[in-house]
Amino acid sequence: MEISKIFETMEYGPAPESRSIANEWLKKQSRFGLFIDGKWHKPQSGEYFDSSSPSNFEVIASLAEAGSKDVDKAVAAAKKALPVWSKASPHTRARYLYAIARHIQKHARLFSVLESLDNGKPIRESRDIDIPLVARHFYHHAGWAQLRNTELAGYEEIGVIGQIIPWNFPLLMLSWKIAPALAMGNTVVLKPAEFTSLTALLFAEICEQVGLPAGVVNVVTGHGATGAHLVSHPDVDKIAFTGSTEVGRIIRRATAGSGKKISLELGGKSPFIVFEDADLDSVVEGLVDAIWFNQGQVCCAGSRLLVQESVADRLFKKIRNRMETLRVGDSLDKAIDIGAVVDPIQLKTITDLVQKGVDEGATLWQPSWPCPTDGCYFPPSLFTNVSPSHTVAREEIFGPVLVAMTFRTHPEAVKLANNTRYGLAASIWTENINLALDIAPKVKAGTVWINCSNVFDAASGFGGYRESGFGREGGKEGLYEYVKPSVEKKFSDKPLSDKKTTATNGAVSKPTLVPEIDRTLKLYIGGKQARPDGGYSLVVKGPNGKQIAEVADGNRKDIRNAVEAAHAAASWTALSGHARAQVLFYMAENLSLRRDEFATRLAHATGIAQKEALKEVDLSIERIYFYASYADKYDGNVHNTISGNITLAMPEAIGVIGIVCPEESPLLGFISCLLPVIAMGNRAIIIPSESMPLPATDIYQILETSDVPGGVVNIITGKKDTLLKVIAEHDDVDGIWYFDKKEGSKTIEFAAAENMKRTWVNYGKYRNWQDPQQGEGEEFLRHATQIKNIWVPYGA
Amino acid sequence: MDTVIKAAMSGTIISNQKVHPERVPILPLDLKYLNYIRANTSAINRRTDTLTKRRTVKKEWQAAWLLKAITLIDLTTLSGDDTPGNVERLCAKAINPVRPDLLEAMGMANKNIHTGAVCVYHNLIETASRCLSGTNIPIAAVSTGFPAGQIPIEQKLEEIERSVKAGAKEIDIVVSRANVLRCDWKALYDELVLFRKACGDAHMKTILATGDLVTLERVARASYVAMLAGSDFIKTSTGKETVNATLPVSLVMIRAIRDFHEETGYKVGFKPAGGIQKAKQSLDWLILMKEELGREWLEPELFRFGASSLLADIERQLEHYVTGRYSADYRHPMA
Repeated sequence: MEISKIFETMEYGPAPESRSIANEWLKKQSRFGLFIDGKWHKPQSGEYFDSSSPSNFEVIASLAEAGSKDVDKAVAAAKKALPVWSKASPHTRARYLYAIARHIQKHARLFSVLESLDNGKPIRESRDIDIPLVARHFYHHAGWAQLRNTELAGYEEIGVIGQIIPWNFPLLMLSWKIAPALAMGNTVVLKPAEFTSLTALLFAEICEQVGLPAGVVNVVTGHGATGAHLVSHPDVDKIAFTGSTEVGRIIRRATAGSGKKISLELGGKSPFIVFEDADLDSVVEGLVDAIWFNQGQVCCAGSRLLVQESVADRLFKKIRNRMETLRVGDSLDKAIDIGAVVDPIQLKTITDLVQKGVDEGATLWQPSWPCPTDGCYFPPSLFTNVSPSHTVAREEIFGPVLVAMTFRTHPEAVKLANNTRYGLAASIWTENINLALDIAPKVKAGTVWINCSNVFDAASGFGGYRESGFGREGGKEGLYEYVKPSVEKKFSDKPLSDKKTTATNGAVSKPTLVPEIDRTLKLYIGGKQARPDGGYSLVVKGPNGKQIAEVADGNRKDIRNAVEAAHAAASWTALSGHARAQVLFYMAENLSLRRDEFATRLAHATGIAQKEALKEVDLSIERIYFYASYADKYDGNVHNTISGNITLAMPEAIGVIGIVCPEESPLLGFISCLLPVIAMGNRAIIIPSESMPLPATDIYQILETSDVPGGVVNIITGKKDTLLKVIAEHDDVDGIWYFDKKEGSKTIEFAAAENMKRTWVNYGKYRNWQDPQQGEGEEFLRHATQIKNIWVPYGA
Repeated sequence: MDTVIKAAMSGTIISNQKVHPERVPILPLDLKYLNYIRANTSAINRRTDTLTKRRTVKKEWQAAWLLKAITLIDLTTLSGDDTPGNVERLCAKAINPVRPDLLEAMGMANKNIHTGAVCVYHNLIETASRCLSGTNIPIAAVSTGFPAGQIPIEQKLEEIERSVKAGAKEIDIVVSRANVLRCDWKALYDELVLFRKACGDAHMKTILATGDLVTLERVARASYVAMLAGSDFIKTSTGKETVNATLPVSLVMIRAIRDFHEETGYKVGFKPAGGIQKAKQSLDWLILMKEELGREWLEPELFRFGASSLLADIERQLEHYVTGRYSADYRHPMA
């Protein structure tokens, strides 16, 4: 073009990134193989599929479709490599991860060009964000590999990890999966997304180049069926998945009860909250980072704008002005903001949802410039006049579509923010740190960005609340997804028997003419003893098989009432750790006052010797102390992430947790499960041992005399199998713990998939509750909390 | 589908009800505007860090943009050792900033490419005036006790009047930093109003000396007050502070200009000064202006660089564009 013309128009011209090196690499293989056991294999099926660039629909590669036999081979290779890799010294593993990090940096531009070509994302993003974060992730985890035995003593690798990653950040998600897995001594079979496998294949070449032992990393390309084989493979010990909530749910159900560990990073509809004292121009740029980053195909995209009414019109005007200057185009153009949507299928999903928004009456606004039509392009879009009942306000669009709503007050902002099934991230904009730090803990989200959005770093954990999944990736919290406590080896296949000493020990009641006063053992709900809704009782038998008491037979309505009572007790969560500790210590004090009585009744009910009973009571008192002590000490970290930023990793209570107690150790088991849950600020619905609920019903009085607020602990006696299903299916229960049979574990994990409640079950492996190594510890606290990372940038 | 979306998107483009093509007048000091102003440093830094990576111009686009940058330069000398001799050289360079053969090669020979202005101390106005007669290159004079502004108000006003009389068409005045640092907006406004009145028809370019003000929110508020007081341009720095023009501080001032325009309908110009020495930097600022304020702000009426060595680097880049060979500064006539 003539310079004199440009001099007048001052338009931008094309600024293409060269793809010649990428082309050379692509040309080397006419067809890509599967990377299994350190070698490249043809798929046994002989099937291949095309991978194309969404920028112009050009076919750029032919990829192997891995079938079940290929997956079997890959898993076998990973299993074979496991002993060597897991026994290698931490330093050895650290060296490999460091080498991978270095190699990624050395080939950074090739990776970013391939990524942009394959996925459609702007080269600026792959070059300045994705690939640097990938290198950073491997560096960071080279460090964790080195420090594993120091920082994670008492834990060991899980084994063979099956990893299924999405197409929105192909290599970055690979690094989030592979780096921690290898650092902790696991081996991996990874399935990249079918739309975007190229950088995973280049990564496999890097593994070859650094001489990573064969079988430690295996890459199998293919579609959903390939992933399904991996999920159901019996030799896979854990599945790590990032993708849609729908598929996450399928995986949760498919693996229920199998003992396979899973971590799921799923969808989101993350709120972007703007208060009236925010820097609105910066808010607009924050929105560009939030929803017009990666074409909006970001699970944590700030897709729901919530703005205070007083500044809404000013902000909307600024947003529209800014949208006019966004540039959409070819992913390899260095001067665009938005590239191509990954595939025509995704483009159709976005288009349909936007149409639905229009049909439902929301106001759509798009910039005046024409959007390119020679690829999978969708213009940046803004919906206003939206209410929470609109489809576009609830469904994840996964496209460059911002949905805006207004709020009047701070509490209303929180309510709107949490009016979603998801809970991945949130962004809060205000110049008032007092306000920001008040709102951050109230929003249900694993990541909260204050005055910024979509900032990531390997040192910070990332993951969801609610239906956005569970588990964390990054930071120390992310490592626990790839290790298990070594103590698990000590668990037994049968519950420790309560050594019912056959005879006369406790079960003998002294003959007397005056009968004992009849006791009515009710349920304990909302701080009150409540009759069971059904009006039935269950017989409790003593050691000699004779009836010694009757307890309430709780039903689903009692569970419902207990859950409501637990929700009403939210102030327990807001208490300081010290305040909770005081209550818990007081519980121990009150139990110790009645030590002998509890022991006698325990002995009487279970038939164990008085000495044994005393020991169980004493251990229970000590266990209460243990968790009371932790109530104000299990605190978080300030992660060392990017400069100019404080990243607070705060363990937060899960919320309302259902607990199904072990049958054995009816007092100690009950205490061991309940205390970590309430010490961390959760409220509990607890189902005691079905065969011996009496120690739990005795606790009512301890709770009442120890200032435990009503609703914090709700105790429902009854038939476990019936009750656990009700809890597992209750959508307003956030987590469930279960320490009993294998079948019950499966029932819970399966039912929990619906609202993605956090589950912790024993798969029929039994702990010895009397052994502190097995019966108490940090693991319990970790399961009673979830980490929220709050990013607070600073700058004078 | 398409028709639905098109229908939904038609219309709503922002338009300002108030549009004033004429020069900004002195407006009443209404402090309510200041209440809106917030400036989040981290977010502003993030914007400027990424902006220059979101946009780039290559090949003929780069050449055209660099030529545009030349037309926006206030070619400046502000030294104790300035004499008529070096000011004459400067003026000659302002008139012919690029070697004619290069302009020819770029098809820009007859486009009257010259710098936006020549900027000097009062004592050199006469020399500059003589050298630039017959051209339409304005003379800008720094004034009001430049750079520190620590002289009595009477002297400041007198200096402005003398410079205008001597032929300066633009007066680069400095604010009394104390008024900003003490948030005495009324005092700041009052003094600037006096300056503006003293300028008469000459345009007033108000230097905030942002390196002295430090806090971005202060810069934004001072910018707004300066515009209400009738500044034709707001300018970052004297070039004499330890920190001069930066992208974040520019962004804050540019956004104040945008808000002022939306609020009042008047367009105010922007001049970053100090430390802009490389061609690449000038492109960064042009991108910033285009993205945040739009095409209109890429003309000398609304945008200037205060620079002395920038031109030499741009000349080398232009020769590289023309010949494909990296250039050396001695190949271009010095200022």
